[in-house]
Amino acid sequence: MRELLIGNHALARGAWEAGLRVAAAYPGTPSTEIIEALAGYPEVYAEWSPNEKVALEVAIGAAIGGARALAAMKHVGVNVAADPLMTLAYTGVNAGLVLVSADDPGLFSSQNEQDNRFYARIAQIPCLEPADSQEVKDMTMLAFSLSEEFDTPVILRLTTRIAHSYSLVELGERREVPLKDYLKQPSKYVMLPAYGRARHLVVEERRLKLAAYAETTPLNRVEWADRRVGVISSGIAYQYVKEALPGVSVLKLGLTYPLPEKLIRDFVNAVETCYVVEELEPFLEDQIRAWGLPVAGKELVPRVDELSSAIVAHTVGSRVAALAPELVSPALAQAARAPEAAAKAAAELPGRPPLMCPGCPHRGVFYVLKKLGLVVAGDIGCYTLGATPPLQAMDTCICMGASLGVAMGMEKARGPEFARRVVGVIGDSTFLHSGMTGLLDMVYNGSNGTLIILDNGTTAMTGHQDHPGTGYTAAHRQAPKADLEQIARALGVQRVQVVDSYDLEAVERAIREETAAAGPSVIIARRPCALLHKEKEAVYIVDKENCLGCRYCLELGCPALSFNGEQAVIDPIQCNGCGLCTQVCPAEAIRKAGEGNE
Amino acid sequence: MNNGVVNVLLVGVGGQGTILAGRVLSRAAVSLGGEVKVSDIHGMAQRGGSVVTQVRFGPRVYSPVMAPGTADFLVAFEKLEARRWLYYLRDGGQLIVNNQELPPLPVLTGAAAYPAELVAEMEKLVKNMLVIDALELARQAGNVKAVNMVLMGALARQLPIGREAWEEALAASVPARFLEVNKKAFNLGWDHNG
Repeated sequence: MRELLIGNHALARGAWEAGLRVAAAYPGTPSTEIIEALAGYPEVYAEWSPNEKVALEVAIGAAIGGARALAAMKHVGVNVAADPLMTLAYTGVNAGLVLVSADDPGLFSSQNEQDNRFYARIAQIPCLEPADSQEVKDMTMLAFSLSEEFDTPVILRLTTRIAHSYSLVELGERREVPLKDYLKQPSKYVMLPAYGRARHLVVEERRLKLAAYAETTPLNRVEWADRRVGVISSGIAYQYVKEALPGVSVLKLGLTYPLPEKLIRDFVNAVETCYVVEELEPFLEDQIRAWGLPVAGKELVPRVDELSSAIVAHTVGSRVAALAPELVSPALAQAARAPEAAAKAAAELPGRPPLMCPGCPHRGVFYVLKKLGLVVAGDIGCYTLGATPPLQAMDTCICMGASLGVAMGMEKARGPEFARRVVGVIGDSTFLHSGMTGLLDMVYNGSNGTLIILDNGTTAMTGHQDHPGTGYTAAHRQAPKADLEQIARALGVQRVQVVDSYDLEAVERAIREETAAAGPSVIIARRPCALLHKEKEAVYIVDKENCLGCRYCLELGCPALSFNGEQAVIDPIQCNGCGLCTQVCPAEAIRKAGEGNE
Repeated sequence: MNNGVVNVLLVGVGGQGTILAGRVLSRAAVSLGGEVKVSDIHGMAQRGGSVVTQVRFGPRVYSPVMAPGTADFLVAFEKLEARRWLYYLRDGGQLIVNNQELPPLPVLTGAAAYPAELVAEMEKLVKNMLVIDALELARQAGNVKAVNMVLMGALARQLPIGREAWEEALAASVPARFLEVNKKAFNLGWDHNG
């Protein structure tokens, strides 16, 4: 049976068919759907871990314990899990272990566009790059066998366009893989220096064996066509090459670390001109050039942003067309010329950036932060949108959990008086991911800073996943609910306040009090995510007789509020009834529908 | 059309249901027996931003993403988004546009004006344009959120996919309790002739 699946669901299906037993992840676009899908298979234990490091460690324990295991994360999540990964490369596995890295070229929902294929090279472990959902499924299944055959973790690297694109997948049945025996082997699993030294030699031997495997595996294949032009490519870039340059010979690499030197050398020598087309960094190209092979790549193909068939047609395609126009797709060659003026006209239209939803509980907190003119060390989540107009109340956003350390560093750089003007802002899920150690630092090292935890009771940005503070697991079973107040107190914070995010006066009062107070403080601004609150609240309306047209309410940046040229207007379809606008209106011109004459 | 591949671009505003519309279309397209590829954008961009779903189907489809100037159909859930993505439409391609205005943030805050005369402007640029009041038709169907299915109905009429395949795709994509409303919306879109 064939089914249309996104890459992430194909991956989950492949892992399940391959006998997966344990899977762990922290949500992160574009990886989130993998665990969501795996949580639906009764044969698989799937968890949301507090962060990616824990997720990989759980997978390591499961694999050493004899069960096929998987950890999934977005590219920057692998940074968090890099510590266990580098040593896992030494210990190897017992049962198969696959680490999924879902990279985000183009930064659709990320803070950078790092190319995680380099992790495979640092760790000296295999990297697989599928090019559509069927390949995702096939390579996932193969990754478990490879992992066991070579006693190594395997990185399965997706990108947004693979993870989130649908294509047809042939479904199969699950093959039960019995638990492997667990044997106590300290020299393999206890990485004391003496054991680690010996294991490093094993890593080297394994790399050579894998390089030999790379020469013959069907994962790497040549598609011969016109031999005047050859292109080496991998992952989604391969699809763009096939689309833009249908006539050229292609060496498609599915295993991109370690590379097959002989296969590549033979291919480059068999064509007149050879290009390397890859998204982001010259990962393949640098290694190929190091062998002294004449290839062209990043001097033509951009290193920044996601690639596309149009870009391949513009860049490599125009070189190829000069030599042999029949090798380039006519439709794309034409499309590449036509739309520039039109694209420019489109760029002059009013933009439509993402923004906080109507009724979003974060909005009011950022409104107050802006009003008070505070320096805001921000963090990762929907609330990072607090940095954008009209609120513009965020000064930094680096990575998960960075708000605390950054606020602390600013305070130490500029003195305790400055601490009265700095707040850290972090979401509930992000706080549990990697905020607790930063808060401990503030207590331990004598900060006067204030941390605001925006507690909307979910991991909202990635689509409302549970976390240790929601009271539910990935499989929607009840779980102990982490208590943010108690955690803050247990870490040594004496000043902890809880306020209603919708109550602007209370939020402002709390922020004024805590920034003025000595010692570290925590304010928990609490309200469930507006998208989780399904009941339609009574909407607010503008009283035409009282509205002064002052536009104060528009400073909230609420999508339900607009200006008709003279007065404010509330769109009743979009309004979620949060009531922030009535609190900021100086003329009492906004009231709940139904409370007065209509 | 490019090697028998049909390119459909669905554009709108996060929250308008472009993703679900793309699912219905792609499921229906599977009935043609060839390949189908679909690309959506998730995460931060979904929060009220400009969103796009790309659906491509044909005998052999490589990229899940189409190039500008190659869309056979541009289905715009909102007027400004139609204008924004118009350069994706190929010469002679069909534009289907919902005659609805959702002011983006710069307009809400008064920093920019919503462009006037968008439909008249696009009429000059595009030969085949169908303007449809999908919000009103969705309201008639019983739910203002069914705008997406009204537009799918209008598109369906112009695609070589059987009515039965559409009905199956709808039933497979929409929760049972919303199926009737969505079917009604789809039919109103189908019957709409500009």
